Amino acid sequence: MRKRAVKDMDMADSSTLNRISPAINISFNVLFILFALICIIPVVFVFIISISSEQSIKLNGYRFWPQEFSLESYLFLWKEGKMIIRALGVSAAVTVAGTAMGVILTTLMGYVLSIRKFKFNSFFTMVVFIPMIFNGGMISSYVINTQFLHLKNTLWALILPLCVSSFHVIICKTFFKLNIPESIVESAQIDGASHFTIFARIAFPLSKPIVATIALFLSFAYWNDWFQSSLYITDTKLFSIQSLLDHIQRNMEMMAKNPSLGVTLQQYMNNMPKEGARMAMAIIIIVPIACTYPFFQRYFISGLTVGAVKG
Amino acid sequence: MKRGIRLKTLNSNTKAKKRKATKGDWELTLMAVPTTIWYILFCFMPMFGLIIAFKDYKIQPGKGFIYNVIHSEWAGFKNFEFLIKSNDLYVILRNTIVYNLIFIVMGSALAVILAIMMNMLHSRKRSKVYQTLMFFPYFMSWVVAAYFLDAFLNYDNGLINNMMRDVGKTANQWYMNKNVWPFILVIMYLWKSTGYNMVIYLSSISGIDQTLYEAAVIDGAGKWQQTRYITLPSLKNVIIMMFILNVGKIFYSDFGLFYQLSQGAKGSIFNSVATIDTYVFNALKSATPIGMTSAASFFQSVACCITILVANAIVKKIDNESSII
Repeated sequence: MRKRAVKDMDMADSSTLNRISPAINISFNVLFILFALICIIPVVFVFIISISSEQSIKLNGYRFWPQEFSLESYLFLWKEGKMIIRALGVSAAVTVAGTAMGVILTTLMGYVLSIRKFKFNSFFTMVVFIPMIFNGGMISSYVINTQFLHLKNTLWALILPLCVSSFHVIICKTFFKLNIPESIVESAQIDGASHFTIFARIAFPLSKPIVATIALFLSFAYWNDWFQSSLYITDTKLFSIQSLLDHIQRNMEMMAKNPSLGVTLQQYMNNMPKEGARMAMAIIIIVPIACTYPFFQRYFISGLTVGAVKG
Repeated sequence: MKRGIRLKTLNSNTKAKKRKATKGDWELTLMAVPTTIWYILFCFMPMFGLIIAFKDYKIQPGKGFIYNVIHSEWAGFKNFEFLIKSNDLYVILRNTIVYNLIFIVMGSALAVILAIMMNMLHSRKRSKVYQTLMFFPYFMSWVVAAYFLDAFLNYDNGLINNMMRDVGKTANQWYMNKNVWPFILVIMYLWKSTGYNMVIYLSSISGIDQTLYEAAVIDGAGKWQQTRYITLPSLKNVIIMMFILNVGKIFYSDFGLFYQLSQGAKGSIFNSVATIDTYVFNALKSATPIGMTSAASFFQSVACCITILVANAIVKKIDNESSII
């Protein structure tokens, strides 16, 4: 074994030499193809169900290869579009507003904590830090948000509770500390700049990578959130797309509002493509994420590694 | 040299504490105000709200939270007594802790093994494709994941029941069968988190000094020996840190996993799927007096605080740089 390795060293450099054998490479590849399939097959399956005709689902159940393909589920959703478009609007508005607010609040605090000479630095550090180890829990947050802040059935209930996280603030602080030298801040101050100016003109523009990372974390969190909605929203007009999906899991009928002429609501409900439309809704939620995440993936990873550096 | 710099900053820090507040300090304070208000409203107020665990909290129509708290009677530990006497406490505690332990052990073992294997693949391009595909479930919400699961387990239409009917067996009510749920939950947890954890471990593997491997090859070490004596020891610290930090959160359960997948975490599968969080949530949605539910919530907050502090103390012993405090 050793002899052969040494002999090979003369011909190949170590990086190609130190490889697993082709047979093992192939078997690893097979294994990873299998895992990758397990990860995406549910989506493919749900997509196939969404384009199966309701009749073939009734006959054979969900199948990878249905008897008959049909776009009736999507057509139905298109016809009943009001509710979905509204829910998509709510989700988009909450995502945009929440991400913007979150980024501003997080970077502001991160900047403040990154200034070592700040007199009250330790106080504000505690403000950010204590919630990381202790929190009020679900019940008392619920009681405060509904009875003290009166957020029930408002869009604020979806936006505010998620907008700051101590983890993000600390990532941000670390980034500023590592990338914005104190000497720059000091020289700007000597030139008469206030901290607002320094933040807006120097720190924020220099922190694009970390802003991108935090914005991504936040926007995926907002887009995927259904929990706040299930706690605080009972008004169907304020349902986000996720909570709409959550509700129709139990009650598809709430989607049916638009019977065509000459059909009673009952008949209309009986004829609607219940199973397919449910799955089509899920696909509508997945598509924007599936199309965007491969491009943003590296920011997620870099964000997590930045977080690991202690500042 | 490094110590010198540290000493210097320490000095300037102590100076900063003693001097009067300058204009710059007030500007910074002003900038911190919005976020601090957020923290007060959404983090510190709920901490104060924990007081209702010790109250016979009643909501009077038209009155605010503070009024209600002041006018509710003290209940002492009555809420806790109620919680302890109910049989549910044992079940939800057991489920929360045992599931978390299984998730931590199996989750990190699988992720580490896959990361090491992924790193050995010949083709970088393929490895990137696999990573991207395996990262996908991480971006799905549990509501969507519940739909995926339903496509397979649904009684009338689900794929598994279809196949069972095809071969002449009777279909199974999966959503009422409490024996299969531990497996379903573990599989779904691994499905959603493994890709993500694998990528994290992979990034720390790529940080290992390549000359170590070159030296090992010259010494005649095979791939297995390299993994055993170089890769795993280099990953040891990361693995231990992740392990301990996850143990710190052992009283928290991933609410969506337990609640959405099981479609409510109640009924005949309650014993297999209910955790502290699903229990509290279901109680909140029902007519149970809020004081009693808040006792469970209070317990969770305090227990979690303790485990986080203990876990962090242990991390500090092992590697000071990785602790959070």
